[in-house]
Amino acid sequence: MKILVCISHVPDTTSKINFIDNDTKFDTNGVQFVINPNDEFGLTRAMWLKEKQGASITVVSVGGSETEPTLRKALAIGADEAIRINTEAKDGITVAKELSHVIQDRGFDLVIAGRESIDYNGGMVPGMVAALTNANFVNNCISIEIDGSVVKAIREIDGGKETLETSLPLVIGGQKGLVEESDLRIPNMRGIMMARKKPLTVLDGIGANNDTCNSKFEKPAPKGNVTLVSSENIDELINLLHNEAKVI
Amino acid sequence: MSVLVYIESEQGKLKKSALEVASYGKAIANQLGINVTAITFNMSDASELGTYGVDKIMNVNNVKEFNAKIYANYIQQVAESENSNLVILSSSANSKYLAPLLAINLNAGYVSNVVALPNDLTPFTVKCTAFTNKAFSFTEINASKKILSLSNNSFGLVQSTGNATFENFTPETVTSNVKIESVDKASDQVSIADADVVVSGGRGLKGPENWGMIEELAAVLGAATACSKPVSDLGWRPHSEHVGQTGKPVASNLYIAIGISGAIQHLAGINSSKVKVVINSDPEAPFFKAADYGIVGDAFDVVPKLIQKLKTFKAQNA
Repeated sequence: MKILVCISHVPDTTSKINFIDNDTKFDTNGVQFVINPNDEFGLTRAMWLKEKQGASITVVSVGGSETEPTLRKALAIGADEAIRINTEAKDGITVAKELSHVIQDRGFDLVIAGRESIDYNGGMVPGMVAALTNANFVNNCISIEIDGSVVKAIREIDGGKETLETSLPLVIGGQKGLVEESDLRIPNMRGIMMARKKPLTVLDGIGANNDTCNSKFEKPAPKGNVTLVSSENIDELINLLHNEAKVI
Repeated sequence: MSVLVYIESEQGKLKKSALEVASYGKAIANQLGINVTAITFNMSDASELGTYGVDKIMNVNNVKEFNAKIYANYIQQVAESENSNLVILSSSANSKYLAPLLAINLNAGYVSNVVALPNDLTPFTVKCTAFTNKAFSFTEINASKKILSLSNNSFGLVQSTGNATFENFTPETVTSNVKIESVDKASDQVSIADADVVVSGGRGLKGPENWGMIEELAAVLGAATACSKPVSDLGWRPHSEHVGQTGKPVASNLYIAIGISGAIQHLAGINSSKVKVVINSDPEAPFFKAADYGIVGDAFDVVPKLIQKLKTFKAQNA
């Protein structure tokens, strides 16, 4: 089985978000970049599939050379090879078209992407890739079991979950639940050494056009001070929520 | 030409988020000077949509269950028959599942997590959340067809006067290789996505055995229950309740955080909630800087009192 895990190179969850150039660009200064958490759950699940039933794992990212340390980390965790598509990840459709080209060119049975990246939160690349490559698609996927070409997947829905049966080729939008937080693997020294020798192929993009662009960013308005209420005066809290905030 | 709104329902009842989508669709149609068409599934009567600005309802019958590929295909067929260049959906799990498929079908530019009406029509520019609610992006769409998914509770319900015509639409059928085997959903509980009020517990509650009071408080308020990341990682509560950057976003009217310190990832996830209340014994907890109202106190003392007082309040205001 050939598995492709799509990796977004994103600011660490603890990052403070600031903008430069008159609020048109994200300020990467001092920001630590990591594998997108939703992708990392998928990568770990791919490792389990590899170890249990045999698979080759390719990781791919769309972006400049700055994304290579993130791909190397994925190799150190255990992916077999990496591909960097050397073009700017302008928007969701650009990334989806670039990925789809590589998928059609090389052929993969299972494509795992995070349900969304934690930077732009578009939540569209997995679905677009599925539609563009004519593969089955399960979003918000929290469990996947593969037996031959039969796939059982569980999808999180609003207020519950849904068990689905589908088949390969398949694209999933993955998230926590595919594996637990405690299952995530920290690369060890041997993994890091081996990752240096694994192939990282740089491909030119196909020049996919974008449909959208971010023209300006804005930070939320600063928060007013909290109104503290004594724990002996719960009536006051109820009064404020009813008469001032009007939410109960 | 019309704005097409995808209207979700559950057992024949329109979802509140769907009425919000209709309200938003009407406002944007007014800007553009065009009508609003709604697509519904398995509805016999959706006339309520008329009071939220919908002019015409196209209903698709005999669709057994939700399937993203099939729904996206049928919405595409209605969009094409109505000559709609703009489709609006909610931010429900199902809407976000089908929207990227629809974007490819229609060759449309898609923007998710939209929080306001377009602030410009040429170029078409909408405000959406980015960096998991830590920022907003003004996003231009340069494709001629456009799809927007609207964040829950960002626009609100706006009534207008009018009547919607109703007709059944028979699409060309399509099939999908993704089949539902079973659905596991508590029908008596409100989900985090649909809730007006969310009551959330953190590690300060010391153990899963203490969640009874969280559930009771939620029941009194008609709220959904949620939790912080450590609580879900410890297995005290299911993942589906985890709220934050790698969990679910919350955009409720009222969010009550109990025993949650307020890590930056958690605060990002709940930033879109309108009013935040924190109950925590540690006055230095970062959550107090993000909250509107706070009580410094022991949850085991404060929450039972709050439940009693709210019961009295609800009885008086019923």
